[in-house]
Amino acid sequence: MAKRILAVDDSASMRQMVLFTLQGAGYEVLQACDGLEALGMARASTVDLVLTDVHMPRMDGITLVRELRTLPNYKFVPMLILTTESSQQKKMDGKSAGATGWIVKPFNPPQLLATVARVI
Amino acid sequence: MTLDPEMAEIAKVFFQESREGLDVMESGLLSLDATADTENINTIFRAAHSIKGGSATFGFVEVADFTHGVETLLDQMRNGVRPVTPEAIQTLLQACDCLREMVAATEAEKPLDKDRIAALNADITHILGEPVHQAPTPGAHQGASDAGAVDNARPGIAALNQHSGWRIAFEPVADLLRVRNEPTRMFAELEGMGAFTARADVSRLPPLDELDPETCYLSWNIEIAGEIPRARLDEVFDWVDSRCRLEIVPIGDSAAAAAEPAGNAAPHPPGAASADARSAAAEAQRGPAIAAAPAQKAAGESGSIRVATEKVDNIINLVGELLITQSMLSGFADGIDPDDLDRLRQGLSQLARNTRELQESVMQIRMLPISFAFNRFPRIVHDLSRKLGKKVELKLSGEGTELDKTVLEKISDPLVHLVRNALDHGLESPDRRLAAGKQETGTIELAAFHEGGNIIIEVRDDGAGLNKPKILQKARERALIAADMDLSDEQIDNLIFMPGFSTAEQVSDVSGRGVGMDVVRRNINDLGGHVQISSKEGLGSTIRIRLPLTLAILDGQLVRVGKEVYVISLLAIVETIQVGRERVNTLAGRTEVFRLRDEYLPVIKLCDQFGVEPDSRSATDGLLVVVEADGKRAGVLVDELLAQQQVVIKSLESNFKPVSGIAGATILGDGTVALIIDVPDFIREAVKRSGAVNAHAA
Repeated sequence: MAKRILAVDDSASMRQMVLFTLQGAGYEVLQACDGLEALGMARASTVDLVLTDVHMPRMDGITLVRELRTLPNYKFVPMLILTTESSQQKKMDGKSAGATGWIVKPFNPPQLLATVARVI
Repeated sequence: MTLDPEMAEIAKVFFQESREGLDVMESGLLSLDATADTENINTIFRAAHSIKGGSATFGFVEVADFTHGVETLLDQMRNGVRPVTPEAIQTLLQACDCLREMVAATEAEKPLDKDRIAALNADITHILGEPVHQAPTPGAHQGASDAGAVDNARPGIAALNQHSGWRIAFEPVADLLRVRNEPTRMFAELEGMGAFTARADVSRLPPLDELDPETCYLSWNIEIAGEIPRARLDEVFDWVDSRCRLEIVPIGDSAAAAAEPAGNAAPHPPGAASADARSAAAEAQRGPAIAAAPAQKAAGESGSIRVATEKVDNIINLVGELLITQSMLSGFADGIDPDDLDRLRQGLSQLARNTRELQESVMQIRMLPISFAFNRFPRIVHDLSRKLGKKVELKLSGEGTELDKTVLEKISDPLVHLVRNALDHGLESPDRRLAAGKQETGTIELAAFHEGGNIIIEVRDDGAGLNKPKILQKARERALIAADMDLSDEQIDNLIFMPGFSTAEQVSDVSGRGVGMDVVRRNINDLGGHVQISSKEGLGSTIRIRLPLTLAILDGQLVRVGKEVYVISLLAIVETIQVGRERVNTLAGRTEVFRLRDEYLPVIKLCDQFGVEPDSRSATDGLLVVVEADGKRAGVLVDELLAQQQVVIKSLESNFKPVSGIAGATILGDGTVALIIDVPDFIREAVKRSGAVNAHAA
């Protein structure tokens, strides 16, 4: 069965890029446009990986990771945050919230796939 | 820059999104004038951040670089280390303009305006170069900016690559597994780099009954052979660098071993030891902003989809056809077996209801809130008031009022013109306002609301009002009206919409660039709308625009001339009358006019225009439908008034060619085609023919 990935980003173009890349590699992809929506979707179903942007309206990615880690189903699910190279701070924040790792923006499709392959 | 086709398709979304992001930034920056509230700056920052991230991803380097400066400035404002000054806002607004052009140029694959970009970049760098405030939590910001640089540079490492392999001591913290950092996966990666051996240290492993399956008790000693760049190892351990004790020592190079202080997690940038403490501090600082976030609901958050207008138009057309079929069936039902009739009627009325609901919801797709047009105004008013040295407060209301996309697009420019006019000619300068006993700051209001089946947009100002004597004088000078004509105040005001009228004594940069009020009125009339102005001296003016909700459907009055049925827009009809012989005159032996109260109006005979045989050619026998357009009236002679109904407008132009006097056609319930009368066109013709009617009559 295809691995299922929840991709969270408030930018439709980034979502589409991630969707296009991951689906092309045979993953099943769920999409959410902010942390709150993602949290709802994560509660409703299980996924193999969460991929989230940091800066989003309503609920940011760091909070999303922290919230997800409190759910029994998401205790061991890998979670990656999308961040820009300048924000070392965000990586730290993500890590202390429970993120598995990060992908540095900008990334191209092969980089994204390589990073995803590191965790699932 | 070439992208493969799929990416190019996604890049289109990025361009669209960037434009929306820039709109968000712009409106945010404009409201920043008043209050520098955190959530607002956050929203602006996020928009800039998305544009930067997207442009970098799609390889639009110039856009990404330029946005980086903007983002940095916004980030500092957001963190409270950079004051929000009017100058900085102005620069950021200009940066938005510049970015908008960069995005457009990138999309069109045209060269960028390098000079402008460089100049603005210099402005931003200049602001960034000014000393910052004392940071509320200095460590956090210092760390955020320094760490990135250190991370990438890591001096000296490259020189240490003379070795035959690496020895790695890896001792993870107990809860490593809880964030799903799996050592086995990391080892799999290392294995791909060279000959790899790992020895697990199981000394910390407790007895089975005390073992917590979620805890990591193991540590490893790893040896990996080969000339592997240190950076590749760091990459593997990057995600776990604060969750383990890590020692990476090159094999066969003792100098390097000494350089790497034992016990220190190697990939840590200098001074990052307190990273966790720092992130906690940043957490605390961000707390209030996060709490405030859900309270704010940005206008753009409503769930939306993008559909090509063409597709929607196609659906609307089909629904129109469905409507026609339904009314055809209804007519058909009158002639069949009475026993089945009830059930058929029932079914048909249900079909009618469903069709109408379907039509309404499909039409909804084309409807957009007028905020799309209104959103431009804060910026326009901001820029213009600075230029003119006037103080203005812009009030918007009814931004959620929805109207057809095409109407919306076409009303935008006339509205800009009206608002510019109100600012330039309507509002007085601050000292004049004070002298007149008014508040120094003038008000311009833009309001939209529904009235009947129409949308009303009002542009109100509390300025000086129109100068009626001057308008009258000008109109007479230019022979727009007869010298001895008596006009009501309202009629005088509306003279400004006449072609060839402009009262501006000197043509200013702001308004009066050849686009007159007559063009505004023509544009609005072309949309099937209507515009009028009323003003009170010293109190201000109100311009009222009435627009149809949509251009695809028309509230029509069906009229009969002989055997033909025509449709006249209900919007254009003032009243319908029968006139007696004493009220009809013939001018120059041919053109007929009739008297309606104090006015003489030309008679338009559809029978002559379209060459059909009417019941009667006399204006006194038939009915006169009084129609109005461009502020002029005429009577259309018809034989009979039929039903009033919504008709679906079918364009003749797409299949035929533009025909003067005909706005389009529609298909009636019985399947026949009825022409829709182009009232403004007819009136123009009729008024031309009857030339000096009013002058004669007066």
